[in-house]
Amino acid sequence: MTHLTAKDKETVKTFWAKISSNGAAIGADALSRMLVVYPQTKTYFSHWKDLSPGSAPVKKHGATVMSGVADAVAKIDDLTAGLLSLSELHAFTLRVDPSNFKILSHNILVVLAIMFPTDFTPEVHVAMDKFLAAVARALSEKYR
Amino acid sequence: MVQWSDFERATIQDIFSKIDSGVVGPAALSRCLIVYPWTQRYFGSFGNLYNADAITSNPKVAAHGKVVLAGLEKAVKNMDDIKTTYKDLSVLHSEKLHVDPDNFNLLSDCLTIVVASQMGEAFTADVQAAFQKFLAVVVASLRKQYH
Repeated sequence: MTHLTAKDKETVKTFWAKISSNGAAIGADALSRMLVVYPQTKTYFSHWKDLSPGSAPVKKHGATVMSGVADAVAKIDDLTAGLLSLSELHAFTLRVDPSNFKILSHNILVVLAIMFPTDFTPEVHVAMDKFLAAVARALSEKYR
Repeated sequence: MVQWSDFERATIQDIFSKIDSGVVGPAALSRCLIVYPWTQRYFGSFGNLYNADAITSNPKVAAHGKVVLAGLEKAVKNMDDIKTTYKDLSVLHSEKLHVDPDNFNLLSDCLTIVVASQMGEAFTADVQAAFQKFLAVVVASLRKQYH
């Protein structure tokens, strides 16, 4: 289902170049939203003191997640190979149920719509949605 | 029966009073047809849906977007019994339109994104949660009469 065309990759890289300096803020907001709108996701963060939107651990982790996304943009031509160690991390150490990748992706898209209402056109939206789905699939590779 | 907190109730009323329904309906439907192109299967009679520009400027898509939004506004006016309010609509989508109900979630996601871009910073995490809960109830009510 997720095959990134040359146009998709170009659209993602161009859009990413525009927004990458906001990476940490995007990640923090997306993660904050996910924890509020999908409370079941809090189960993965029971070791954090503060799960409220914009808290220190949420901000820090949001930045970590988005630097992973930035890495994926750079490796967009071979996500499976490029995200191998991240996939192993999620599969064997974190053991995040892959359904949650879709949930976080949705929240990233919502944040992009809020922060970049004119740039986040339907064409950019479909390319980013496909890209995040491809990232999710690459992250799920090592699960079983 | 669905329980709405005071915050959720007020938030939904507020969102629908603030958004431009003439813009949001068409924008959400055209976004859905672009981002999830297989949803075009239900709109064979709408003419040119060949690319994003054609979809965005298609007058039938725009008109139908407004119909969808009007349907949502009915739910907003009857928040305590959306299930009954939507009984005939559910039968329509199942028996006449034959819409796969999983598609309702796709349109919901596009509605969320369009409303988010309209409201900007005002679309906080709590507001998003209330809006998505409302859409979930709408979708469940639309699914109810499928058999």
